[in-house]
Amino acid sequence: MVDLRVSLSGVELQNPVIPASGCFGFGQEFRAFYDIDMLGSFSFKGTTSAPRFGNELPRVAECEAGMLNSVGLQNPGIDAVLAEELPRLKEHFHQPLIANISGFSIEEYAACCEKIDRCDQVGIIELNISCPNVHGGGLAFGADPDCAARVTAACKRVSGKPLYVKLSPNVTDIAAIAKACESAGADGLSLINTLLGMRIDLKTRRPLLANKMGGFSGPAVFPVALRMVWQVYEAVRIPIIGMGGVSSAGDVIEMMLAGAAAVQVGAANLVNPYACKEIIERLPMEMERLGIASLREIVGQAH
Amino acid sequence: MELTDYTIVENNRIAKDVLRLRLRCVAQREPPRPGQFVNLKIDGCYLRRPISVCDWDDCGGLTLLYKVVGEGTAKLARHLPGESLNILTGLGNGYTICAQAKRPVLLGGGVGAPPLYGLAKALVRAGQRPLAILGFNTAEEVFYRNEFAALCETKITTADGSLGQKGFVTHALKAAEDYDALYACGPEAMLRAVYHQMPPLAAGQAQFSFERRMGCGFGACMVCSCRTVAGYKRICMDGPVLTREEIVW
Ligand SMILES: Cc1cc2nc3c(=O)[nH]c(=O)nc-3n(C[C@H](O)[C@H](O)[C@H](O)COP(=O)(O)OP(=O)(O)OC[C@H]3O[C@@H](n4cnc5c(N)ncnc54)[C@H](O)[C@@H]3O)c2cc1C
Ligand SMILES: Cc1cc2nc3c(=O)[nH]c(=O)nc-3n(C[C@H](O)[C@H](O)[C@H](O)COP(=O)(O)O)c2cc1C
Ligand code: FES
Repeated sequence: MVDLRVSLSGVELQNPVIPASGCFGFGQEFRAFYDIDMLGSFSFKGTTSAPRFGNELPRVAECEAGMLNSVGLQNPGIDAVLAEELPRLKEHFHQPLIANISGFSIEEYAACCEKIDRCDQVGIIELNISCPNVHGGGLAFGADPDCAARVTAACKRVSGKPLYVKLSPNVTDIAAIAKACESAGADGLSLINTLLGMRIDLKTRRPLLANKMGGFSGPAVFPVALRMVWQVYEAVRIPIIGMGGVSSAGDVIEMMLAGAAAVQVGAANLVNPYACKEIIERLPMEMERLGIASLREIVGQAH
Repeated sequence: MELTDYTIVENNRIAKDVLRLRLRCVAQREPPRPGQFVNLKIDGCYLRRPISVCDWDDCGGLTLLYKVVGEGTAKLARHLPGESLNILTGLGNGYTICAQAKRPVLLGGGVGAPPLYGLAKALVRAGQRPLAILGFNTAEEVFYRNEFAALCETKITTADGSLGQKGFVTHALKAAEDYDALYACGPEAMLRAVYHQMPPLAAGQAQFSFERRMGCGFGACMVCSCRTVAGYKRICMDGPVLTREEIVW
């Protein structure tokens, strides 16, 4: 028997496979396909203090091995998430949740964290300081070590749950941002968010996305994400949740070897709704094939 | 919603740039509702492609009609009978058949016509007498004229007058009398023109099917959102069919 269990800052997960924020809604849609209680956890849709429609459409484009999105944090707002989405989930999901929080000011981040901190279903708070979609929003926090540190510290003050900061890859030195968050009290880091990208419609000669630019993710970004997890692992001592292009059990193991204590799966869920279930079922076989007895033991082994 | 491998039975051109894809699968499937769609995985494309279900049989067979407009549909057109396709089925709300109606009108623009074929069959089965008005640009783009005509009264319009009545479906709609329900699918400009032109019908009796670029097709990613009178809706999950009362232009 192989051991799939991992732990993140004292939060025990039955396996390291976690659907990524924005690619799993609040879990309900996937219940039509499988029992979502088999997941290690899941990170719910990026939530802000007020409800948001998000960006204009079209919000999606693609290339051969990935997709671009410019959803712009459409969500029902923190109060509706607490009053409706999480109670609705209670019966079907008994694993610790990851609450993905976004904001446009330090006060907004802190206000959301304070509210979510009281919710028993949430095991970890994940601060999205990196969403590239919102003008004047996420990007500024994630791109500057001082801003990243300030928002981390402000949220840490109001919440007792493990606080993970989700980093943007759209920076020159991700290790510097990671260190700034660690010094400011972050309990862990999630990376990577989407890479800023764009596509142009050849017929209209205009950008395809209404927002012009969008966040690029999917298999094409895996080597970039892996490299960043590797670099951040060398720079900090806090646990890392690795993500970016993960689509198979092999990718999960590779991410963990680079330094991820757990792994999120984003875009793959949208193309194959069974992606996470298939990865979880495949992992034991991959581990046996590779002679891995316990997943915890391989974290960072490639260094 | 189900994820299934289908085998291609036929993938042939039926009009200019339009192909008919007939599929079968081994397992018995729940039959779709008219107006629902499927999401096809095409090799070389990351995201699936949404296509309406045109027709189906009791043994799990599906018929889709699609137009080659870009990379994905061009790749799909090169697939041969015997090859297999991975398909997510049973997506969207589909049309709700208005049981009390007697004379529904179906308005299709271009490749908006396919879902109306399955709908017309269902309406005829329900004892109604549908009128189908199908609009195309030109004669060589016209498809399923005879198939519709075998089911119900059918009028064709072409923008250039090369077949049927010259003009748009809205012109033919003006001449249509006494319809008590309306089902439309086509380009948004057509839907909008119909919306503004049609007389008031009872609530829920006018239904419009919308297209949006999609990520997942099953409600998880929020890329297909639409503002409606009843708040934000996902075209893939809460649509693609909206009633006239819900629409905000
Ligand atoms: C609910 C629904 C039902 C549909 N039913 C049919 C049908 O029965 N027959 C048919 O021919 N077409 C139908 N379409 C349109 C069809 O999905 C697109 O023509 C197709 O996705 C184009 O793919 P492509 O790779 O050839 O084009 P590209 O332009 O290369 O595609 C690039 C991206 O844009 C998306 N896209 C492009 N055009 C559209 C469009 N009009 N609507 C939605 N997404 C688009 C593609 O899915 C892809 O993600 C339907 C669309 C929706 C949303
Ligand atoms: C449609 C979509 C919506 C997303 N929304 C969010 C979000 O609300 N908050 C967030 O932190 N990340 C969001 N992301 C980023 C993912 O959580 C993930 O970090 C990124 O997509 C990389 O993983 P992947 O390559 O497996 O998709 C979104 C990604 C996609 C594709
Ligand atoms: S396409 Fe993903 S929610 Fe509609």
